[in-house]
Amino acid sequence: MTEMERHTYDVVVIGAGGAGLRAAIEARLQGKRTAIVCKSLFGKAHTVMAEGGAAAAMGNVNPNDNWQVHFRDTMRGGKFLNHWRMAELHAKEAPDRVWELETYGALFDRTPDGKISQRNFGGHEYPRLAHVGDRTGLEMIRTLQQKIVSLQQDDQRDLGDAEARLKVFAETTITSLTKDGDRISGAVGYTRENGTFVVFEAPAVVLATGGIGKSFKVTSNSWEYTGDGHALAMKAGATLLNMEFIQFHPTGMVWPPSVKGILVTESVRGDGGILKNSEGKRFMFDYVPAVFRKQYAETEQEADGWYDDSQNNRRPPELLPRDEVARAINSEVKAGRGSPSGGVFLDIASRLPADAIRKKLPSMYHQFKELADVDITAEPMEVGPTCHYVMGGVEVDPDTAAAVVPGLFAAGECSGGMHGSNRLGGNSLSDLLVFGRRAGVGASDYVDSLGSARPTVTDEDVQAARRHAEAPFDGDGGESPYALHAELQQTMNDLVGIIRKREEMEEALKRLEDLKARARRISVVGDKIFNPGWHLALDLSNMLIVSECVARSALIREESRGGHTRDDFPAMSDEWRKVNLVCRPDGDGVAVEKKPLPVMPPELLALFDRDELSKYMTEDELAILPGGDA
Amino acid sequence: MTYNARFRIWRGDDAAGQLEDFTVEVNEGEVVLDIIHRLQATQTPDLAVRWNCKAGKCGSCSAEVNGIPRLMCMTRMSTFPEADVVTVTPLRTFPVVKDLVTDVSFNYEKAREVPSFAPPAELQLGEYRMQQVDVERSQEFRKCIECFLCQDTCHVVRDHEENKPAFSGPRFFIRLAELDMHPLDTKDRKREAQATHGLGMCNITKCCTEVCPEHIKITDNAIIPMKERVVDTRYDPLIWLGSKIPRRSSTAADKALGSGQNAQAEQHARTRLREKPSDRTARRALADALRAQGQFAAAAEQTRVLVEQAGRGRGARLDALSAHAFALLTAVEAGQLTLDRVEDEVSTTVQDAQRLVSTGTVLSGTHALHHLVHGRLAEAVSHAREAIAWDRDRVARADDLVTLSEALAGLGEDAEAASALRESRSLWPTNPRLQAASVNLRSLGVASS
Ligand SMILES: Cc1cc2nc3c(=O)[nH]c(=O)nc-3n(C[C@H](O)[C@H](O)[C@H](O)COP(=O)(O)OP(=O)(O)OC[C@H]3O[C@@H](n4cnc5c(N)ncnc54)[C@H](O)[C@@H]3O)c2cc1C
Ligand code: SF4
Ligand code: SF4
Ligand code: FES
Repeated sequence: MTEMERHTYDVVVIGAGGAGLRAAIEARLQGKRTAIVCKSLFGKAHTVMAEGGAAAAMGNVNPNDNWQVHFRDTMRGGKFLNHWRMAELHAKEAPDRVWELETYGALFDRTPDGKISQRNFGGHEYPRLAHVGDRTGLEMIRTLQQKIVSLQQDDQRDLGDAEARLKVFAETTITSLTKDGDRISGAVGYTRENGTFVVFEAPAVVLATGGIGKSFKVTSNSWEYTGDGHALAMKAGATLLNMEFIQFHPTGMVWPPSVKGILVTESVRGDGGILKNSEGKRFMFDYVPAVFRKQYAETEQEADGWYDDSQNNRRPPELLPRDEVARAINSEVKAGRGSPSGGVFLDIASRLPADAIRKKLPSMYHQFKELADVDITAEPMEVGPTCHYVMGGVEVDPDTAAAVVPGLFAAGECSGGMHGSNRLGGNSLSDLLVFGRRAGVGASDYVDSLGSARPTVTDEDVQAARRHAEAPFDGDGGESPYALHAELQQTMNDLVGIIRKREEMEEALKRLEDLKARARRISVVGDKIFNPGWHLALDLSNMLIVSECVARSALIREESRGGHTRDDFPAMSDEWRKVNLVCRPDGDGVAVEKKPLPVMPPELLALFDRDELSKYMTEDELAILPGGDA
Repeated sequence: MTYNARFRIWRGDDAAGQLEDFTVEVNEGEVVLDIIHRLQATQTPDLAVRWNCKAGKCGSCSAEVNGIPRLMCMTRMSTFPEADVVTVTPLRTFPVVKDLVTDVSFNYEKAREVPSFAPPAELQLGEYRMQQVDVERSQEFRKCIECFLCQDTCHVVRDHEENKPAFSGPRFFIRLAELDMHPLDTKDRKREAQATHGLGMCNITKCCTEVCPEHIKITDNAIIPMKERVVDTRYDPLIWLGSKIPRRSSTAADKALGSGQNAQAEQHARTRLREKPSDRTARRALADALRAQGQFAAAAEQTRVLVEQAGRGRGARLDALSAHAFALLTAVEAGQLTLDRVEDEVSTTVQDAQRLVSTGTVLSGTHALHHLVHGRLAEAVSHAREAIAWDRDRVARADDLVTLSEALAGLGEDAEAASALRESRSLWPTNPRLQAASVNLRSLGVASS
């Protein structure tokens, strides 16, 4: 008989990345007994990998920056499919959230007058990313981690128990959410160290589990990115929004094969790096789409002038939003102008002195030196697109981060809506802080509203959760989870990847059905103590749910926009822009339905040129603007 | 490009385990972690390993590859000859959970003992102003990915479970240094480092700096400046005396040194050794107790056994070698052994120790005494001064001051010699070496009290 632990909390936060930690800090500050549960050790979550920075319109480098400009950039980047209210809250609150980190001890790079320095990034009109060299995510995680420790020190001092009100359950994986009627009542999981089951009884659960990249073969994501939160939400009856939108970052490493996909930060381009094909041509000038033509340079001279004088020059096309750059690289490689290992060249060596490169991009220097034996101060890097970020996620209320199931909240990469069809670089780290905090407040308010009428976890719930988690041990003579996982990754990469076609996605769905059936018979060997085979088997069931959401939604959306490119529908469609695709569970599969995108209020619409809006919107939509009869 | 490599991997848990042999495919550009993953996928699905980013950013995949603490995801297979066996074992300083996964909770407990950043209360959001040059020093330490390789390699806690309560380790020395150098932090971190975190137990071997994958200069930029500033601020000698466990002794002997109950400590250690002759801590205590009673030659016999028992672990080995060399030399100094008889043994011991350290400073005190017994006084002075400058623990410092004092006296620097002797006596009044030194100094007409 396996052992079982039981805990009672006000708020359980699943995930210890930027979003989860910020949510937990907030819930604890609101006086709630809070648990943080995460799959890895404390301080190792995926956020640690973020490099470039956190976008916030503080206006420290260019005083013209403000929330309105940031809002505009975010909407443009997302091709106007973002939930306007999330983009608005994000742009308004990001500066305070970043400054708050300073009070927790963060040490961002500084401007000459001692403020937080801000760097350029794709799609941001002004230098906007607060950063620390190219290890901003590490700074964020460590800062939040240390803030949590400081709150625990307070509790130690005041209550004699550091973990009285805020406790981290590291290396613990949640495998089921439980419900009492239609409300969330808690979560059940196992600890890696000894296989013990842990039951959390809590009226409010915040999902902050990050992304889904491990369903793809070439990805910048870590093993944690198996879409657990997305799948948990679905299984609890919540909905997922716009899962077809997946960001392929244009620059991942392509050589050696074992590191294929590891990210090469966009700051390389922000700091002057340029993309060249095998003919030595700086090809991005050929790929500036009509909607962006006004903001981007047309000659190399103008582009190069921008780094020092951004008032009088337009931006280099290397800094177009990621989807554009990724597609451009894809086309160059397809046209036979790729680098030897199937990417293109990213050159910083000929653009900056060696010292400056080492100083500005220390971890990139390090990464290439150690993993590829390439000295980026002397030779160009080879790069190509890599699966990086999922824009789709749990459908939430922008102000409270509440999902459609009472008691369930979601923030960070596992939530949807904020980034529309494409996320701008740097907008995730700030998203984590803004909506992590809001989820903490939302969950606390919800707990308060319950009074003493709290939902409970029954024994049956626990037994059911346990049967689900132990199922992989029952399979006998079935396949290994490793083999099935490899097949899933190949399928998603080849058939639902950066460029999509109807027939291929239909084929993918067929294969997913087959994989689902085989996954039910998976067999794992060994016991429950730190058994990676078992862990993967459980993660795999989540990846299959999420992959099906992606493939089904992608098949339905017949247009190309942001992180969804259809070979058979290459253009953006004004009609499709008004549509959200919402996934909900349906038997052991997924049903997708169309829902109207929330309409942006006139005062926000008015922040844009009518000209620009007309590239995205139908005339009916623009009618509400002043002078809308033109 | 593809070949089959031979791997030996530690498998088991805290209770039992063994190295198992595997033959596994290796492809171009792969790292050790790739091979572990291939083993999971093809041969040992339940092989436990911790990892996350596979890009050297999260610090999860720490292990010992051929005995050297490393990140598996940043250790390229091309750095090993194809014919060699690659041995992968879990971090040695922490208890094993399973296979390559260790229980690193020690570090999280220590983290909670460092008081958090304390900014000036009146500053509002967005009002922080700091210059880049001022934040850069702390930023270096904030590069730390908490891989705990430095903690694993540090000889103060590696194989020395008993030191863990009093010693937070290099990872937390840089955390303290980071806060200390933070332009807006308002707390006193130096005192804290010395009094609560065992900074005094670090003897600057630099092993931590050598293994740090982030190339943080842990010793040069964090530990040494903090030690120096501890001295700068005219550190209260009482707190200093109280610093937990001097390196050249162990808990039992330390108590003995403090209370003068050396014979009792000796008895204690001998009893323990009868039960378990391999108990290195007890043997160390015995050597220290003997030395504290002036039985230097007998102490050297014990340290010789310590060297034999030290195994291959670098920290323990270095510790035993330097203790042994020092014991032999004090025996010569006291006339209990003759230089002729032990010179060869001293030289080999010092050389072996030297091979394990990256800088000479760790052995400065030993070098000084070595020169002194050979009558090379100027060299003895300069090495002793260097040793003292490193501000090691109380016992070591007291000893090095004796050496300095004798050498200075020999050179006719009487006043300085006397003051060194006075300082030494205040640190360790019952040090038997003081007798000899006092006699020497008296014969030179130096007033020594
Ligand atoms: C290489 C790289 C570089 C990036 N650079 C930038 C950048 O410069 N700027 C930017 O804005 N964004 C960047 N991003 C994106 C950004 O880092 C992520 O979107 C963001 O960190 C996600 O944070 P999160 O809090 O949502 O989740 P994460 O930080 O991923 O945390 C997820 C947490 O959930 C836990 N978890 C998951 N499943 C379970 C489960 N079943 N049970 C318990 N716990 C679970 C995990 O253990 C983890 O603690 C980058 C991404 C990558 C991959
Ligand atoms: S210098 Fe040596 S003793 Fe000091 S912390 Fe580093 S490894 Fe430990
Ligand atoms: S200081 Fe270096 S070796 Fe130590 S934990 Fe940090 S990164 Fe690892
Ligand atoms: S897996 Fe993250 S450092 Fe190796």
